[in-house]
Amino acid sequence: MEIFGEILQVGFFAAVLRIATPLILATLGEMFTERGGVLNLGIEGIMLLAAMTGFTAAYFSGSLWLGILAAMLTGALAGLLMGVLTVTLGLSQHVSGIGTTLLCTGLAFFFYRLIFGQPSLPPNIEAFKTVPLPLLSAIPILGPILFNQFALVYGALLLVPLAALVLYDTPWGLNLRAVGENPRAADAAGVSVSRVRYQGLMLSGMLMGAGGAFLSMAQFNAFTFGVISGRGWVCIALVVFGQWSPWKCLGGALLFGFVDALQLRLQASGVIDIPYQLFLMLPFVLTIVLMALVSRSARPPAALLQPFRKEER
Amino acid sequence: MRGMSKSFGSVHANRDVDLILYPGDVLGLLGENGAGKTTLMNMLFGTYAPDSGTIEIDGRPADISSSADALELGVGMVHQHFHLVPTLSVLDNLMIGRPGAGGRLDRTSAGKRLSEIGQRFGLELPPDAMVSDLAVGEQQRLEIVKALFRDARILILDEPTAVLTPLETEALFTALRAMAGDGLGVIFISHKLYEVKAITNRVVVLRLGRVTATIDDTTDTTERDLAELMCGHEIVPPEKPPQEPGDVLLELEGVATAGGSGVALRELSLDVRAGEIVGVAGVSGNGQLELAELIAGIQPLTGGDLRITGELVLYPEPRSIQELGVGRIPEDRLSTGLIGSLPLSDSMVLPRVHAPPFSRYGVLSHSRIRHFVETQIERFRIQTAGPHIRTGTLSGGNLQKALLARELAFEPVVVLAAQPTRGLDVGAMQFVHERFLELRGQGGAVLLISEDLEELFLLSDRLAVMYEGRIVEVLPIEEATVQRVGLLMAGVEDAA
Repeated sequence: MEIFGEILQVGFFAAVLRIATPLILATLGEMFTERGGVLNLGIEGIMLLAAMTGFTAAYFSGSLWLGILAAMLTGALAGLLMGVLTVTLGLSQHVSGIGTTLLCTGLAFFFYRLIFGQPSLPPNIEAFKTVPLPLLSAIPILGPILFNQFALVYGALLLVPLAALVLYDTPWGLNLRAVGENPRAADAAGVSVSRVRYQGLMLSGMLMGAGGAFLSMAQFNAFTFGVISGRGWVCIALVVFGQWSPWKCLGGALLFGFVDALQLRLQASGVIDIPYQLFLMLPFVLTIVLMALVSRSARPPAALLQPFRKEER
Repeated sequence: MRGMSKSFGSVHANRDVDLILYPGDVLGLLGENGAGKTTLMNMLFGTYAPDSGTIEIDGRPADISSSADALELGVGMVHQHFHLVPTLSVLDNLMIGRPGAGGRLDRTSAGKRLSEIGQRFGLELPPDAMVSDLAVGEQQRLEIVKALFRDARILILDEPTAVLTPLETEALFTALRAMAGDGLGVIFISHKLYEVKAITNRVVVLRLGRVTATIDDTTDTTERDLAELMCGHEIVPPEKPPQEPGDVLLELEGVATAGGSGVALRELSLDVRAGEIVGVAGVSGNGQLELAELIAGIQPLTGGDLRITGELVLYPEPRSIQELGVGRIPEDRLSTGLIGSLPLSDSMVLPRVHAPPFSRYGVLSHSRIRHFVETQIERFRIQTAGPHIRTGTLSGGNLQKALLARELAFEPVVVLAAQPTRGLDVGAMQFVHERFLELRGQGGAVLLISEDLEELFLLSDRLAVMYEGRIVEVLPIEEATVQRVGLLMAGVEDAA
């Protein structure tokens, strides 16, 4: 197939990385909270709301980084809400998460309309520009792929080893894992289960928020209602695929990015003449297939989905 | 601890309890199940908040509202159910909730401390082993080390020997003596009298939430005295009148199972007759669990014949087995017996809820269920606030009573009992034994799988010994001696 030779070029791989970045951020976020035993199904809504608040903050302040900060703050607040529902009140994590997604989605639409009305042309911002790293970006092939990217791409990639370090090599990471595996044991060791779970949720919200904002502020330069379109749900699957480990989560995100970038190119090339919706489906079909293959051997944190109550046997 | 009180709903778990512990003490806290031993200790460890009472440590009032506070004050606790994270290493388990060094985990110094404690008290452990790979005795050792790791000076052990082999128990006692010698105070919760007698120097007896006796020198007392103090009445061993067995009610002929993750049964033959109790002895993990599950219809039969009351059961399934009149007391009360998160009433009718009297045309009859459960609570003296209480809040002995009540209520012809008295106190144990002998007297059959040899010798008419998935010998109880059975359990072929 000649077409693949044409597609698989430097620009393509740079695109893979770009597409994977919001997924890396949000997947790591989801991984952290799940390691602590809380599933955050608010992810889809949190990403959307943060994409909106980040964009809006950047639009009015003119500072992109202030936008990112606003997005992460939005995520942290949503994580706090999840904490109240699932940790303090001990409600079902599924229901709380879906509720949070619906609430955040509604808030995003509502405030966007309230602030911007219904303009014929959506307002846009001067989005993030790529930051070529001196020297490194001059390396042939690897340079343009890895080192001529948005700052957030570098950030997301650096976050992977950092996440692994935090998870496996710091007291907080150990406490988080203990809380997610056996909260009673953690409690008996003097760890505040609820505090750690709140922290996990807020951290996850911040990373999800950054992921959402990447879409409206780097990938695109405007906020649209379909900007997330299921990417949050994909991250839930990627965490399972990545078996709750930072490096494997990165692998999952890159694989998804690869297929998504591929279908975009195939679509644009017009070589295969089928309705474009079928192409759009591809990465999601892949997600389902991967899940079916991997989930058999997946071993989630033992206390995932279980609320922790102290005076109970 | 002075004037400690705590109630759960309308149940008074502790009423005005005083307890004093000196350095170098091994204090026995003795009482039946539900007497309030664990509740009292959970208050000292900050798991439960007392309704009233004060705690002083080293003469200073101690405000303990969480386990973190307790640990801070040098109180460590080894729970009956271990509080370990099975997917983490020994070392990581020790570091949970500990500050690191420079933001990182300090594995080097933790490892050093682990081996230090190990040498000092004879509690050595492999630092990098996964907890899930440790034997039960080692996991318990880790729990103790965890407390010492945090400089505990008061160590609470909640029924530590329930899960240990005699040899492991001996090792534990050696370590406890070393700790007491070091000036630590140890609180040893148990209802095994000979152990309390062997290891403790002082004893506090609890009954129905109150202190009924304090003994300042254990050597001054006898096991019999302790038993009476604990139960509030004299203990008379149950009688087993001689009796001719009748027809074969349960028959296994050359049965086999696939094994899977456990032991596969091979060519196993055994029969149990009416009016007979057949004991099954064996070192844990030699197929006893599989045998029970096979007869209960949980494990599929891959070879041989299973007959119940003479009827050939080709494909044993839990419901058909139950309909043939087999009552089942599973080894694990809460995972395959009762359901902890359901109300007691639901747990107690679950296996029969599909048919009258508990349901008609697919609709539950709540009044009949309630009536049934209330009757059983009354009959078996199950201590609970009522049928609506969550099953999981009952103590071990009461859970077992509930299970027995459920299985005996419909007049089973065969009772399949796996470890029916594990973790039970003297009173509850005797209750269970009496029920089995009662059934035997009425012409029922009991297959008693147990790791407690004393129990097997007390109840059995015949004793089968299992080794590696086979029954190596069936002895009439008159011919069985502890020594002979012990050798058979170890796989030594019978020479006699």
